[in-house]
Amino acid sequence: MATATLIKQHVIDPEICIRCNTCEETCPIDAVTHDDNNYVVNAEICNYCMDCIAPCPTGAIDNWRVVEQAYTLDEQFSWGELPAQEELGERADGAIEALEDEVSALLEEARRGLGGKPVAPSSASKPTVNLYNRGKPARATVVGNYRLTAPDGETDVRHIILDLGQLPFAVLEGQSIGIVPPGATGAGEPHAIRLYSIASPRDGEKPNANNLALTVKREPGGVCSNFLCDLPKGAGVEVTGPFGATFLMPNDPAAHIVMICTGTGSAPFRGFTERRRRAMPQAAGELLLFFGARRPQELPYFGPLQKVPESLLARHLCFSRIPGEPRTYVQDKIRADAERIARLLRDPHTHVYLCGLKAMESGVDEAFADVCRGAALDWAVLKADMRGGGRYHVETY
Amino acid sequence: MIDLMNVDYTTKIPNNVDLASDRQVLKALEGWHPGYLDWWNDMGPEGFQESLVYLRTAVSVDPKGWAKFDYVRMPEYRWGVLLAPQEEGRKVNFGEHLGEPAWQEVPGEYRAMLRRLIVIQGDTEPASVEQQRHLGKTAPSLYDMRNLFQVNVEEGRHLWAMVYLLQKYFGRDGREEADDLLRRRSGDEDAPRMLGAFNEATPDWLSFFMFTFFTDRDGKMQLESLAQSGFDPLSRTCRFMLTEEAHHMFVGETGVGRTIQRTCEAMLAAGIEDPSETAKIRALGVIDLPTIQKKMNLHFSLSLDLFGSEVSTNAANFYNAGMKGRFQETKIDDDHRLTRDTYAVMKMIDGRLQLVQEPALTALNMRLRDDYVVDCAKGVERWNKIIEKTGVRFRLELPHVAFHRQIGEFKNINATPKGVLVDDATWQNTHDQYLPSTVDGDFIAALMQPVAETGQFASWIAAPKVGIDNKPGDFEYVKIAA
Repeated sequence: MATATLIKQHVIDPEICIRCNTCEETCPIDAVTHDDNNYVVNAEICNYCMDCIAPCPTGAIDNWRVVEQAYTLDEQFSWGELPAQEELGERADGAIEALEDEVSALLEEARRGLGGKPVAPSSASKPTVNLYNRGKPARATVVGNYRLTAPDGETDVRHIILDLGQLPFAVLEGQSIGIVPPGATGAGEPHAIRLYSIASPRDGEKPNANNLALTVKREPGGVCSNFLCDLPKGAGVEVTGPFGATFLMPNDPAAHIVMICTGTGSAPFRGFTERRRRAMPQAAGELLLFFGARRPQELPYFGPLQKVPESLLARHLCFSRIPGEPRTYVQDKIRADAERIARLLRDPHTHVYLCGLKAMESGVDEAFADVCRGAALDWAVLKADMRGGGRYHVETY
Repeated sequence: MIDLMNVDYTTKIPNNVDLASDRQVLKALEGWHPGYLDWWNDMGPEGFQESLVYLRTAVSVDPKGWAKFDYVRMPEYRWGVLLAPQEEGRKVNFGEHLGEPAWQEVPGEYRAMLRRLIVIQGDTEPASVEQQRHLGKTAPSLYDMRNLFQVNVEEGRHLWAMVYLLQKYFGRDGREEADDLLRRRSGDEDAPRMLGAFNEATPDWLSFFMFTFFTDRDGKMQLESLAQSGFDPLSRTCRFMLTEEAHHMFVGETGVGRTIQRTCEAMLAAGIEDPSETAKIRALGVIDLPTIQKKMNLHFSLSLDLFGSEVSTNAANFYNAGMKGRFQETKIDDDHRLTRDTYAVMKMIDGRLQLVQEPALTALNMRLRDDYVVDCAKGVERWNKIIEKTGVRFRLELPHVAFHRQIGEFKNINATPKGVLVDDATWQNTHDQYLPSTVDGDFIAALMQPVAETGQFASWIAAPKVGIDNKPGDFEYVKIAA
């Protein structure tokens, strides 16, 4: 793989750094050092533990360069300003969503439908990524594991709550965590890490508790999903992350958020909605959800969703397999709500998010194009513009 | 098990020192709390107590948890008692008790000494809030306003930190001292703050930036020395305070830097090459570099006075007792007792400034001051780089340590910023060249027009390179009429 030779190097911006020594004091493995000119990070020592990030008063510490060869200490000592990111072509594009190649590749794949470089919403909080990795995972405890789909539903989708105990684990709505399934493959390799979107808001599944929720569908033969779905309360699980630096919720209360999902793709939107409800219930921005499933029995959170007031979350539930009824997909409801969609798309506060199966991408795209045609808008232009401005996001699998 | 990392918000006072099971101290602090809030409402930032400010609050003293940002009304800020995690097996690292286990309780023989150290440090915290209380009204941007308020609430928290130590370890004396910290007022004739620089006015934003750069840097040096203390609760308190103090250094260094940047840019745009054409430069709505130099001269010299007398037996006693160490004590390679060492101290001898060897123990103030000067000089060098980059030919320089002093060896002499001794008459005729004059002050005051539109900045200051918490340029850091 071409990316194998690239290094994500942690660097400090000498123009912003005030040499307060906080990072050097904080670093548990002495990777930060200084001379009379600059504070610098030794690429050979830094293990991305991220302990130094939050305490830095200036933000100078939070800089990364993707490089083929790491900058030496002497090079860094001599800097008057940060060197620009080298042109490495497509191999180094966009925000750093994860520091591990394994996870970066997964996220890159999930963002492919975006058709360009992913950009975070301008009012999103700054995410923390990669606090924990495969070499140093966080140990979480299962404190809840509930079936979300009806007993007679054809799928088993579960709401799993993980408690992080005393471990710092700052997350934002829209971010994912990695799960490290125990054991090894038939070939003796450790299992690949699987990513799951966080389904709870930043302050926890329970407010101000250090926990988070996942929405997990049991896949026939799936190593990780079966492992997770079978976990009893009290069981331990190794997690990595958080990951993702672009598919994030705008903090601006005036932001309108259009959320389109199928199945477990609803996870981040549960987080978005709950964040709005808790932090800014009077927000001026609208929340609009298009949620597709085969039948109500298979729609995760069908019950709890009925209790969310329409004033907080306007929604279209779209069912494709109700006997005797026409098959309805999310794109059908988008077309049916064309007037509202057109109004929202014209509004510079509107953010659109797609999350779920890759199969829904083209249908949704065509529906938006149709709505735009009817409203004298050019979807291709608008979509690119929204993506560039951090207002169009895709995460599909 | 008590949770020493995460902050307990179940009591009225957020803390990580298990106040919930320390009823006596909790009660004492709860008794002090209303007086503190009265003080904050009377003497805290004027006119913005109802505004929503995007502030940083610690939710844990672990590196990952202490920078949580959100909108807060300042009087509702969660001031709390936060100590850095206890280090297992920590020792006294200097002085007579070198190598003994660090004290978890106050050693009886050092009680008075320690109380005095804590009270002096504590007194500076509310003082600067008082000095800066009018500045919100002339903030050059919402970004700067937010930074001012962050500094203010953290100074408030530092007062809490010191008051906790007084209430917890010093009984009734401590409670009385805690009350007195709320009674004294900066610049008050009857009950002034304890140290001179904390009774000076902070009349404008350039003064504020200079204050946070120079005077808060003294605070950083003092806290660093106290963080070395063999009295472990003091050490842990100061270690956590240092992480907050770093933000104040940042506000000062970048504030002055952005002022310089804007001046140089305006000069270039107007085709003015000579920095001494002050009238022309001021007409551009920016602060000329010579005036910035004068402000620097003033704040540097006032801050040097905070280090006390160059030669001091008090300092020696504090060190011997293991109460206050040197800057980065544990990184220094010597015997950490200093009983046989000497240190070069600059003194006035036979009418000349000369370096003389003094016993290292009594010269500790001098040593800390020297470390401070080195630290300041690095920041000034950054400012010079900004000037250099724009192509303007001017260099800022720290004045001589003998310049404009009220305390110590040089209090009775007149020295120019270059360190040349002059007589009284000459000083009277020339000091306006070195220190801000009334005219300079009036000019700066006239520039201080508030700017409250998001993403906009006053004429005299450049926008910052990055936002707080990585926020975009037009972020509304303060919702004034919330």
